[in-house]
Amino acid sequence: MDGPSHSNSLTVALAGNPNAGKTTLFNYLTGLKQKVANYPGVTVESRSGMWKAGDHAFTVIDLPGLYSIETTSIDESIARDVIEGKIGSISRPDVVVAVVDSTNLERNLYLVTQLFEFDVPVVVALTMIDVFEKRKHAIDIRRMSEMLGVPVVAVNAADDRGEDELSAAVSQAGGSVRKHLKLVDGSDNENARIFARYSFISSVVQETVRHGDREAHRLSEKIDKILTHRFFGLVVLVAVLLVVFQTIFTWASVPMDLLEKGFGTLGDLVRAELPAGILSDLIVDGIIAGVGGVLIFLPQILLLFLFISILEDTGYMARAAFMLDKLMSRVGLHGKAFLPLMSSFACAIPGIMATRTIENSRDRFATIMIAPLMSCSARLPVYTLMIGAFFAGQTVFGFLSVAAVLMLAMYVLGIAVAIAVAFVLKRTILKAEPAPFIMELPPYRLPKIRTIFQNMLTRAWLFVKRAGTVILAISIVLWALMYFPRSAEVQSPKSQVASSADAGSESSQLQNSYAGKLGHAIEPIIQPLGFDWKIGVALIASFAAREVLVSTLSIIYNVGKDENEESETLIEAVRDAKTPAGNPVWTPLTALSLMVFFVLAMQCMSTVATVRRETNSWRWPIFMVGYMTVLAYVGAFITYQGGKLLGFE
Amino acid sequence: MLTSENFETQTNPFGPASKVKLSTLGPGAEAQVAAVGGNGPISRRLQEMGVVPGVSIRVVKTAPFGDPFEVRLLGYSLAMRKNEAELVEVFA
Repeated sequence: MDGPSHSNSLTVALAGNPNAGKTTLFNYLTGLKQKVANYPGVTVESRSGMWKAGDHAFTVIDLPGLYSIETTSIDESIARDVIEGKIGSISRPDVVVAVVDSTNLERNLYLVTQLFEFDVPVVVALTMIDVFEKRKHAIDIRRMSEMLGVPVVAVNAADDRGEDELSAAVSQAGGSVRKHLKLVDGSDNENARIFARYSFISSVVQETVRHGDREAHRLSEKIDKILTHRFFGLVVLVAVLLVVFQTIFTWASVPMDLLEKGFGTLGDLVRAELPAGILSDLIVDGIIAGVGGVLIFLPQILLLFLFISILEDTGYMARAAFMLDKLMSRVGLHGKAFLPLMSSFACAIPGIMATRTIENSRDRFATIMIAPLMSCSARLPVYTLMIGAFFAGQTVFGFLSVAAVLMLAMYVLGIAVAIAVAFVLKRTILKAEPAPFIMELPPYRLPKIRTIFQNMLTRAWLFVKRAGTVILAISIVLWALMYFPRSAEVQSPKSQVASSADAGSESSQLQNSYAGKLGHAIEPIIQPLGFDWKIGVALIASFAAREVLVSTLSIIYNVGKDENEESETLIEAVRDAKTPAGNPVWTPLTALSLMVFFVLAMQCMSTVATVRRETNSWRWPIFMVGYMTVLAYVGAFITYQGGKLLGFE
Repeated sequence: MLTSENFETQTNPFGPASKVKLSTLGPGAEAQVAAVGGNGPISRRLQEMGVVPGVSIRVVKTAPFGDPFEVRLLGYSLAMRKNEAELVEVFA
């Protein structure tokens, strides 16, 4: 990268400890104009954005949160590479803004003293200064700047404090290559280097900070009296998880029903406006049914990410890891695996990406291998459909709804199998010494609404983008596979009413289509699981992404093609589906078998691709698909055949 | 400024006090770090997080299942397992 020609086009990297307020500052400086991409070769997210302040415009890169820049975790080595300009797609930063939490100065300044060892100008941005001052602490910023030898600016997003000062400091620093303080004399003794940095920091803090209310931090300790209490802590943890799941299963249904109705109306509208024929069929049966069937789950995904962001931003997630480490280590996992596994209930992809915080690669791989067994939100549509069709409205013991019990059972099954798999892996191919659990318990903080919403929107956008690309493409391909070749006796499927009684020519079209032939080919293999060739078609399709099962079934059963006033729902179509002999295709046992299959099977292209990138080999994703497919087949086989033996159907 | 030479002499500025392992202290105990043993990644991480000679540490509490435990140092809270804390010698 060439040196900066003028101060208007500087590249600025934000570096700081986790929980130092780096993301808040980044959001504040760049507003909504952010770009999220991945660093080449790894799935570490690289956020960048434009920061306009007066006449200045800067490109800002948000580095991953780090405590040190010398150790070997992926985040830390990426931060190092960015600062040294070793990543081709990102220009070498002209200035590093070190984000320092003023309420936690010593440890935050450690990273700053490490940054001094790079040939890059550093500007220190002090955050949380409002909290700091509320505790009646005072800081001599000018003296601190003198001692550190770099500009120090207090910034506070909440009251617009310090932005101009920061931009002035950055643009001034950008032109000069400053010689930093030399704290370490090139000694090989690592302990001596660390000690020298901390000694220097200690002298800076002693001279520049006047402490007021030293007991202020005890608020977090008081909260922890309950939240990490031997007994009540665990009660609260279970309660939190219950609230999360209750919410995404019940509250989300209102907007979901609205979305479903909306897509139904849209389909009717398109069919009424367009001339009957292949275009109309493609749009209504292929695109609207397929993409719409997946988009209705957006509310659930938004809610789950809302909760995960809140739990993380308040500092509770770290406490959960703290409380559960002992339990997790019994099966050979690290307490830090709790967060990735918890996130995997939303989606395994962010979950697998979150394993980066686990430093030991064997611990990390074991966590990655079991993350897809956590029932992700893409399975919810499948569970919801099956339970809605066959178990709705039933109760056990008079008050427990069968639907809720079954839903919980699917989650528990996934967790139980995950524990067993982790146990086996950690004693065989991933045997290793336990990795350290040296982790900050950040102070409890009110979550920043803006950060949470930005996080939710990013996730939602990724999901919508997937629905608009991968799932759109799959929907069209599947529709075409089912639409062609046209059999002679079907003139226009539009004139057919897809009721069970009159499904003759519809299903003969499907039967003779390419998809039908594929489904028939695998029917002998899946018959012992209780699945017919139509389910086979949906199953093949769902190996691309689980939620595709629902859209494929919608297409197979021609949902939305009804010409009656009240349009047939997928649930009714599934219930009414008949074999050629006139028996129902689906029984409660088939539904259960399919659900078990979905708990255990690795049906997600994006996850496979993520695991490939995160483990940097094809061995692990292939192993994962292999072991999960075997488990899924065996699980569904036992469910169906066992259920039949016990006399269920 | 400190260098590696006077670093060695700095490790024991409190004269003859009783040195124990941090892992042996119970909740509420306060101590001063004397030395961090070992030279693997655990030792390095502990020191980078501020567990260096001279720093005051207070044991806050133990997790519900008995391990890990929480300490307070340099104005923040750090969790670590008992076996990791065995590397840390403190003046109690």
